[in-house]
Amino acid sequence: MVALLKYILKAPVVTEPLERAADTDLEILERRIDAQARRIFGRSLHIRQVDAGSCNGCELEIGALNNPYYDLERFGMRFVASPRHADCLLVTGPVTRNMADPLKRTYEAAPHPKIVVAVGDCAHDCGVFAGGYGVVGPVSAVLPVDAVVRGCPPEPWAILSGILAALESRG
Amino acid sequence: MEHPSTEIAIEIAQLGLVGLASPLLVGLIRRMKARFQGRRGPSVLQPYRDLRKLFSKEVVVSENSSWIFRFTPYLLATTMLVSALIVPVLAATGAFSFLGNIIVLMYLFLLGTFFLALAGLDAGSAFGGMGSSREVAIAALAEPTVLIAIFGIALRAGTTSLDGMIVRFGAEPLLMLNAGHLLAFIAFFVVALAENGRLPVDNPATHLELTMIHEAMILEYSGRLLALVEWAAAMKLFLFLTLISNLFFPWGVALSATPVALLTAFLALALKLGIFAAAIALLETAVAKLRLFRVPELLTGSFTVALLAVATSFF
Amino acid sequence: MISDTTIMLDWLALSLVGFGAGAAAALAGARAPKLARVGAHLGALFGAAAALIFAVAGLAGGRMQISLPELFPIGGVALGVDRLSAFFILVVALAAIPASLYAIGYTREYAGRHSLAGLGVAFNVFIAAMLLVPLARNVLTFLALWELMSLASYFLVITEHEHDETLNAGWLYLVMTHAGFAALLLGFVLLAQAAGSMQFADWSAAGSQLGGAAHDLAFVLLAVGFGLKAGLIPLHIWLPRAHPVAPSHVSALMSGVMIKLGVYGLVRVAFDWLGAAPLWRGEALLLAGAVSGVLGVLYALVDADLKRLLAHSSVENVGIIVINLGAAMLFQSSGLPSLAALALAAGLYHTLNHAAFKSLLFMGAGAVLQATGTRNLEAMGGLIRRMPQTAALFLIGSLAIAGLPPFNGFISEWLTFQGLLSSFQISRHTVNLIFVLGIAALALTSGLAAACFVRAFGIAFLALPRSAAAAQAREPGGILRAAMAWQALACIALGLAPALLLPALEATGFELLGAHADLRFNAMGVAAGGGFGAVAPLAIALALGVFLAILIVALRWLGARRGARSYETWGCGRALQMARFEYTAAAFANPFARVFAALYRSVRNLDIEFHPESRYFVRAIRYRNEGRLIFEDALYRPLLRAIEAGARRARVLQSGNVHSYLIYILATLVALLLLTP
Repeated sequence: MVALLKYILKAPVVTEPLERAADTDLEILERRIDAQARRIFGRSLHIRQVDAGSCNGCELEIGALNNPYYDLERFGMRFVASPRHADCLLVTGPVTRNMADPLKRTYEAAPHPKIVVAVGDCAHDCGVFAGGYGVVGPVSAVLPVDAVVRGCPPEPWAILSGILAALESRG
Repeated sequence: MEHPSTEIAIEIAQLGLVGLASPLLVGLIRRMKARFQGRRGPSVLQPYRDLRKLFSKEVVVSENSSWIFRFTPYLLATTMLVSALIVPVLAATGAFSFLGNIIVLMYLFLLGTFFLALAGLDAGSAFGGMGSSREVAIAALAEPTVLIAIFGIALRAGTTSLDGMIVRFGAEPLLMLNAGHLLAFIAFFVVALAENGRLPVDNPATHLELTMIHEAMILEYSGRLLALVEWAAAMKLFLFLTLISNLFFPWGVALSATPVALLTAFLALALKLGIFAAAIALLETAVAKLRLFRVPELLTGSFTVALLAVATSFF
Repeated sequence: MISDTTIMLDWLALSLVGFGAGAAAALAGARAPKLARVGAHLGALFGAAAALIFAVAGLAGGRMQISLPELFPIGGVALGVDRLSAFFILVVALAAIPASLYAIGYTREYAGRHSLAGLGVAFNVFIAAMLLVPLARNVLTFLALWELMSLASYFLVITEHEHDETLNAGWLYLVMTHAGFAALLLGFVLLAQAAGSMQFADWSAAGSQLGGAAHDLAFVLLAVGFGLKAGLIPLHIWLPRAHPVAPSHVSALMSGVMIKLGVYGLVRVAFDWLGAAPLWRGEALLLAGAVSGVLGVLYALVDADLKRLLAHSSVENVGIIVINLGAAMLFQSSGLPSLAALALAAGLYHTLNHAAFKSLLFMGAGAVLQATGTRNLEAMGGLIRRMPQTAALFLIGSLAIAGLPPFNGFISEWLTFQGLLSSFQISRHTVNLIFVLGIAALALTSGLAAACFVRAFGIAFLALPRSAAAAQAREPGGILRAAMAWQALACIALGLAPALLLPALEATGFELLGAHADLRFNAMGVAAGGGFGAVAPLAIALALGVFLAILIVALRWLGARRGARSYETWGCGRALQMARFEYTAAAFANPFARVFAALYRSVRNLDIEFHPESRYFVRAIRYRNEGRLIFEDALYRPLLRAIEAGARRARVLQSGNVHSYLIYILATLVALLLLTP
């Protein structure tokens, strides 16, 4: 216990400064919320991640956003468990038949104003699963998407940049 | 003693302090926790931004819920504000300390918990019911510890009224030089962790519903209702820690209404709360959450400590 | 002046006339159910109201004496009033008035199925007996009225005698109440013998003249007799059986006031009839109260029958009252009479408060029973939308019984704590330890009670209905709601204005103990023990109201841009929201069942029925998790078996042989001739 306490008190802060991703990785589709909401979200954004049928590669990258190197929280963002608390839905994976309805319900459960960011090639155009019998389509076929972050999987910096770009925030 | 309008002005200032500074306390704990985990962490003002944002959000209410769901956040915040009138934040004697003693304070908190538990059941979700069930179980099991710890302090101070206790301890500091006092403090601190949903009883940052206690009850809240609930939780933490600091370590509490005394009280409170924030942040980083059915063991342990506190006071 | 003797006699007579008229109306209405229903209960209402005025006069100091020695042998009828008697009459009247009003509407469903005439007569006799018991001033009067009360309540309990459960419960109640009666009789005989008189007034001096063992025996017998009626553990087993099966207004009265007459007896035993007491008695009472409090609420927590839950909760509250009585005895024996008066006042105030909120809760449970046809929590739900007014009134009752400010339950619990926390002024370590246990038990009890009523109210009224019956529930009639509203107002008034009745209780304490409790009142609240502690419930309620109003207005203004939307409950995107997904009453109680498993000693039974062709396919799974009735198994069954064994052996005497019977008669004659002086 003492060793643990010593480690806690002496460990340095390892957070790295933000690296903006290249523009080819991001696509801003439409801004559905007004400028004031975007400004407010720029200081405080609560994110609810929804796996609509992904292979979990994107989830690992999204999970990395919580570690000390990327540290999502310093931008005022946080992951939340309930869509009622959420301002942003982070959707991964091609939308499968079984997840289409739950995804819509999750979107409806979130209070306005909200944004939707689709993460990964699968969320963009179904990626390697395009045409599969269990797949309904990309996220934009089910929900109104504000921004897409391409990559298979995209790097955490890209995901972060995508969210910030969707808010038109300088971060 | 003091001019009544001065006392009322001080009370209003204390109320403002509790209401406005409690999110700062939460932000401070989060930032310190982040630093201990080796990351930059959010700004200490982040809770204010979160609350600001929540006011610009729509309120989504479950179609199964009743007026209790919409009423509870208001009641929660109200009970915390009324409790803030009773807890000696800056000055030992307040204009409203006649409202009640420490027992009244504990039961005002219980009133808030009662309604929050009802609100958890109201939407008809299993998460909410689970959170309510666990929350009231922990609140019930923490009650004996609280009362016995109060007994331990009351029998040395000769009173159960909060201002009386602080004045007595302030006047005779040697009364506190007692193993019983320290033991009562430990017991009270464990109860503070349990009642405010901090590790090792409850993880305030968890996303797994099966591990939630307090969070599970508020999963349905959104918008300004959620803002009220979060604010009330922050105020509860602030009041609990203020109560512990001023009761067990009453140095700096203003015994008169002079500006110097009040400023000293403010700085002393800031220092004490800062130390507690650091202690909680360190504890949350070093300790893992207890399994739900080991929490009663923890509370029984704190009860034993409180019993020891009382026993030592008799000898 | 209202406290004049003749005027008090007038009010008492008026009250009895009311009950007589009620009984007469019931009998006259044997063929006309509406007359029986309305007339009987209006008569009871009138009688109770007159008794209320009588009680207020008595609390103000009025005196009255009735002595009719020629009426019966062994002392005849003797009635008298002092403040304590007047207070208990107040308790009975305060619950009987709304219960009678409630009964007018509630018994409508009995028309044609059960005898409303019998119900009406028994109801009036029951309340009249309960009102007269505190007035009894000699042994015969007391026991006669006590027995009348028990018999009348027995007939009321078995009203719905088409169910076996009711008949069994009634039988158990009858047997146990008579066991208590026997204990009382023996105790009274001991005291009467020591005093040489059957009048209660002669007993306090005589009590202290009894030898040590006889004194203790008398105390134990009387404590057992009154404790059984009050519902103290382990004598409580009839309570959770009898109260649920009785009609709801009867349950309200039984739980609210009949068990308080057991408390009345305990107060008399502890402070009036036996004189000075050694410490062990107060310790025993305090411990009995602590155990009753904790176990009572623990049983309430796991019960899915709404009325049985309330019955267990009555055991808990009697425990709290008896904790106060034990504390008062200990304070008195330790030479701190003013603290004893404080504890006694707290106990008596809790008696009144419990009568108020428990009768409210039982009336609410009755309304729910009539609306849904079930007492089972697992079949209720969503009633707050179907029966909003009943729900609000039940909520007030739940808040009061959970001991939350600013309602009445909180005030009496606060006073109890103030008394218990002052115990550091005693300097005997055994007593201090007992007090510490009492404080811990009381704290645990009150926390668990809050949890219990979150469960009761939350599962019954909130979320979605769990059965078709609950989905079609409707508000009960206006009279039932009016009765409940009256009682809810009483709960609020007793909570916000303790200064209404506490001074009278303080005077009662002074009468019994000879010392004033250190209680100071003002418009705002009450302060106990000098600077020891203060509470201002009215101010708290005002503060809560003001802040609530400010917040609502402020948030409405701040949130004006953003509206509200109604959507389904968040269920992880699941397609359905059914009542099946809600938390159940058993699930809610699960943490408690696990933490206190050693006390519940529940037995789990898992039966898996496999498909005959393969063990991989399951046809049915039956799971039973029943709490064991530990007192019945550990205490009563062995006792009953011992009695049975003894009886079997004693049957030898019944040989059937005429000659042995003649010898018995001869032997008895000889013995009598030798023993009589």
